[in-house]
Amino acid sequence: MFANWPLLSLLIWLPILGAIPVLLAGDKRPGAARAIALGVAVLTFVVSLAMLSGFNHAVADALARSAPDLGLLKNMYLQENVLWIEALNVRYHLGVDGISVALVLLTTFTSVLVIVLGWGSVDEKVSQYMAAMLVLEGLMVGVFCALDALLFYVFFEGMLIPMFILIGVWGGARRVYATLKFFIYTFFGSIFMLIGLLYLYFKTGTFELAELAQVSLSAQEQAWLFFAFLIAFAVKVPMWPVHTWLPDAHVEAPTGGSVVLAAIMLKIGGYGFIRFSLPIVPDASTEYAWVVIAMSLIAVVYVGYVALVQEDMKKLIAYSSIAHMGFVTLGIFISLALARGGNANGAAIGIQGAMVQMISHGFISGAMFASVGVLYDRLHTRMIRDYGGVVNTMPRFATFFVLFAMANCGLPGTSGFVGEFWVILAAFQHNPLVGALAAFTLIIGAAYTLWLVKRVIFGEVANDKVAQLKDMDARETFVLATLAVAVLLFGLWPQPLGNLMDAPIAELVKHIVISKGA
Amino acid sequence: MISLNDILTLLPESFLTVAICALLLLDLFLKPSQRSVTHYLSIVALAVTGWLVLQHFGTPTAFGGMFVRDGIASILKVFVLLTSALVFVYARPYLRDRGLFVGEYYVLCLFAVLGMMLLISAGNLVMVYLGLELLALSSYALVALNRDSPLSSEAAMKYFVLGALASGMLLYGMSMIYGASGSLDLATIHKAAAEGTQRGLLLFGVVFVVVGLAFKFGAAPFHMWLPDVYQGAPTAVTAFIGSAPKLAAFGMAYRLLESGLDGVGGHWQLMLAVLAVLSLAIGNIAAIMQSNLKRMLAYSTISHVGFLFLGLVNGQPEGYAAAMFYAISYALTAAVAFGLILLLSRAGFEAEEIEDYKGLGQRAPWYAFLMALTMFSLAGVPPLFGFFGKLLVLKAVAVPGTLWLAITGAVFAIIGIYYYLRIVKVMYFDDPAEGAAAIVKPADAPMRAVISINALALLVLGLTWGPLYGWCARALGITP
Repeated sequence: MFANWPLLSLLIWLPILGAIPVLLAGDKRPGAARAIALGVAVLTFVVSLAMLSGFNHAVADALARSAPDLGLLKNMYLQENVLWIEALNVRYHLGVDGISVALVLLTTFTSVLVIVLGWGSVDEKVSQYMAAMLVLEGLMVGVFCALDALLFYVFFEGMLIPMFILIGVWGGARRVYATLKFFIYTFFGSIFMLIGLLYLYFKTGTFELAELAQVSLSAQEQAWLFFAFLIAFAVKVPMWPVHTWLPDAHVEAPTGGSVVLAAIMLKIGGYGFIRFSLPIVPDASTEYAWVVIAMSLIAVVYVGYVALVQEDMKKLIAYSSIAHMGFVTLGIFISLALARGGNANGAAIGIQGAMVQMISHGFISGAMFASVGVLYDRLHTRMIRDYGGVVNTMPRFATFFVLFAMANCGLPGTSGFVGEFWVILAAFQHNPLVGALAAFTLIIGAAYTLWLVKRVIFGEVANDKVAQLKDMDARETFVLATLAVAVLLFGLWPQPLGNLMDAPIAELVKHIVISKGA
Repeated sequence: MISLNDILTLLPESFLTVAICALLLLDLFLKPSQRSVTHYLSIVALAVTGWLVLQHFGTPTAFGGMFVRDGIASILKVFVLLTSALVFVYARPYLRDRGLFVGEYYVLCLFAVLGMMLLISAGNLVMVYLGLELLALSSYALVALNRDSPLSSEAAMKYFVLGALASGMLLYGMSMIYGASGSLDLATIHKAAAEGTQRGLLLFGVVFVVVGLAFKFGAAPFHMWLPDVYQGAPTAVTAFIGSAPKLAAFGMAYRLLESGLDGVGGHWQLMLAVLAVLSLAIGNIAAIMQSNLKRMLAYSTISHVGFLFLGLVNGQPEGYAAAMFYAISYALTAAVAFGLILLLSRAGFEAEEIEDYKGLGQRAPWYAFLMALTMFSLAGVPPLFGFFGKLLVLKAVAVPGTLWLAITGAVFAIIGIYYYLRIVKVMYFDDPAEGAAAIVKPADAPMRAVISINALALLVLGLTWGPLYGWCARALGITP
């Protein structure tokens, strides 16, 4: 019934326009601002569920009609396609496949939780905080729905403004340094992508992603474009060695900002690789896959060790995020090598693993940052040494924290296990050594996470402040419980997620096998 | 012989001239308390001129090719008139607070506008020079408007001496071109340049013409006057010379380089490329170190000129259209930026130090928001207007052969981001300095409304820039 609604536009513009009444409520009436923001976020989430249902119907319809296989990026559903800029043939072209649907749902889901989280922990300039969050949500949904490269770029960059403000206004002591670093780093990455896109426009006269995926390019052109895309998305993921902005941004960001950053924004890097690098420059991606694989392995192993020595909880989780995102890039680029080697099944598993890892990391890292936020709201410190024996005073919190920690180590039964397992499976088929190295990180991951748990949660009550801690209130419990359900659900029953993304991934694997050299 | 057609073709300019003379006389008989009459009549004069520009009287050329009236001229003139009117609205409270609310400001600005219009429509080297000098002489006097300020006088002196030097260069170059082609008519020069007669002499002239142009634009390394003039001039004057004349400068560059010297394009294109890179480098890097907002915006102008030159480098219609779009977007954005400085200043407090903006997000959330929009637009962050200007320019150079220029432009755009963000940082992330008052200036309602619309237009035009670009592209004969 929803199939004919402009659901995607609604998902993008509802939160962005919803920010206006939130701002009008003003900082003097924080209650009203919070309520409106929550209403808008929940409504957006409901619309995204309608979108899921509309999407499923559209897919079922297409299957029933046995619609012809149109090729990569053409089997998109719920499409909206309007000419935006006539002179440049830029289109306001939206559409989703299984991959985008999963990420859009993650975005709308997390945004609701972030608004709830900010309900109590943000007291200053509440309306502006909530408005920034909503605008950010709309822009992120736009990134996942855009099928026109320039439209994608506008959302991709526009996103930086609210995040810049979020970290800068509500952040910690070194927030100005962190937010400027964040902005300039990401801007630096993406502007080269813009030049790459303009070059592609010069070649083809279009920004349409599906068209760009078909254009033939010489090896040299592909190499240049590959590196332009690599800079943009590697900064976003972030991959070693361009990851240094992330720990700073995470540490200084307010809890909600950290959650959005970890749960959604980092995914845009991985999504970019899947939507841009692989389809547009498959040959160069294959040729230079070893670069990305090496960088990913360094991320998972070396950054894992870096996480081990952190004294700041948020920093530790930030580094752990980088390590986990290493799995995503590893999965994507190993698949490329596998696909070219004729192992389409292995390739599909690799990309599938990367995608599941992204979604699962969205929940787990979001939950970890939310947990740290719960502690921070109470003691206003993020240092591990200031805690200890929290389980004695906050048993309910400790339960959730241990669960998320286990998921972070990739314990079977949690969503953290599924993605990592699939990626390692693919890695072994590519090269046992790579597989072994990747698997090795499970040990490091367990080491830094469990050690964190030991020092913060278990043991004797460390000091008076910890002794006076109050356990979570209903609001905080709600957020963590929701995330816990998600982590367990996708850990025990990942099949629906896999089914959702099967078709587009199979299509992608079919596409990247074909060389497009001119 | 002057025909009726010539007069009709020049109707907007003729009307403006008559209006200025009438205003000058009228102003003599007004009491200082009635000065608002001059203010409103000036805006009306600009509006009527704008309306006349959009009418299709007369012929494409007049006075034997001296005066050209084409799509480009119309677009540029409309935006020159629009930005000037905006600046008039923004300048009024500032001028009144400082006892500078005098008829001279309006008359001089209007003469400068007239100069710009002639410059934009020039079809002959003499016309170029005439328009340019009318603009320049009015500007020198405007900079010195505040007679009691030593800073203003110094700036005006510097501007005048260097400006005269540049005019001399330009004139010398023109004489060489005349020697080579035997004509002052740009169309004839175009033919001579294409045929390659007297190439050596012609190129000699081209060098001087490009230098003169670079000076008028404020492109590095001929930018020395610009920061001093921007900082020294009363802000109401800076707002004027910082916005509309960029459009005229583009018009002048187009007339001289494309209409006149297209045949030797390969030579001036290389010069422009060098000037563009230097301007981008010097403008962006020097702006980082400024503590005065007007001076920072001056260096930022230099970098924007560099970007604008990138559009001219290829000598292709797409590039010209992109540069024209860029000039329009810059003029509209700069008008807001200076307008906000004017709005936040009051007698005895110029609001031109970056420090003065500390905590503006708390003191005046709406104007801080508008300023943030302006800064993000200048920095070129989508979805704001400024981004699309940069996008079009980059698109024009992101082709094999000039790809390195696109990359250079991109790198400097990243550097540039820092100092614009610094303003946002000061406004939102810093707490207000002690004693920094809220904005309590008596409301000048029209100004507040107009500046809000102007700033929001940066966002709206960022989402709907298609028609504007289409207009520019059609004027340059590009069919989509």
